Amino acid sequence: MPMDIREIERLIKEGLPDAVVRIEDLRGDGDHYAAYVESAEFAGKSRIQQHQMVYKALSGRMGGALHALALRTSAPQGS
Amino acid sequence: MTTNPVKERIESEIRDNDVVLYMKGTPVFPQCGFSAAVVQILGHLGVKFKGIDVLVDPSLRQGIKDFSEWPTIPQLYVKGEFVGGCDIVREMFETGELADVLRAKGVNLGA
Repeated sequence: MPMDIREIERLIKEGLPDAVVRIEDLRGDGDHYAAYVESAEFAGKSRIQQHQMVYKALSGRMGGALHALALRTSAPQGS
Repeated sequence: MTTNPVKERIESEIRDNDVVLYMKGTPVFPQCGFSAAVVQILGHLGVKFKGIDVLVDPSLRQGIKDFSEWPTIPQLYVKGEFVGGCDIVREMFETGELADVLRAKGVNLGA
């Protein structure tokens, strides 16, 4: 079942409270999203670790209810 | 004694092959846009790799996710190490980092 943008954003912010989250519905079908996530908690982490932190916040939905979420992560400049 | 044959199979595949891509479909006929994108990038860099189709084996499809604690496919491994999925591979390709990593690990890049 497709997921709502606000639900995705809510889950990410629950896991990473300081995160700046921007989500795009790529095809307007509620099933293919791109998310840009910025959080100070990413500082010093590898890309794999950063993405794993987002996937963890989505608690198992990625690859399930959430079929396609293209992800870009970064730490805020200067952190 | 270990009782996880899927994990053992993954470990031996990524040990015996320099570049391994767990994907949906085959390099010639990818069954998913994300897998196709990584195949295209590797082809562009002239990297020889072994593509493993997870769709033919449900235990492998789940097993590879458990192995890397990564929820999606494709997954790229270089010299036994998980490099990333489609987004990371694409980002690394765009910045030139992917070629650097492959070279640093001693993988031959084509012209």
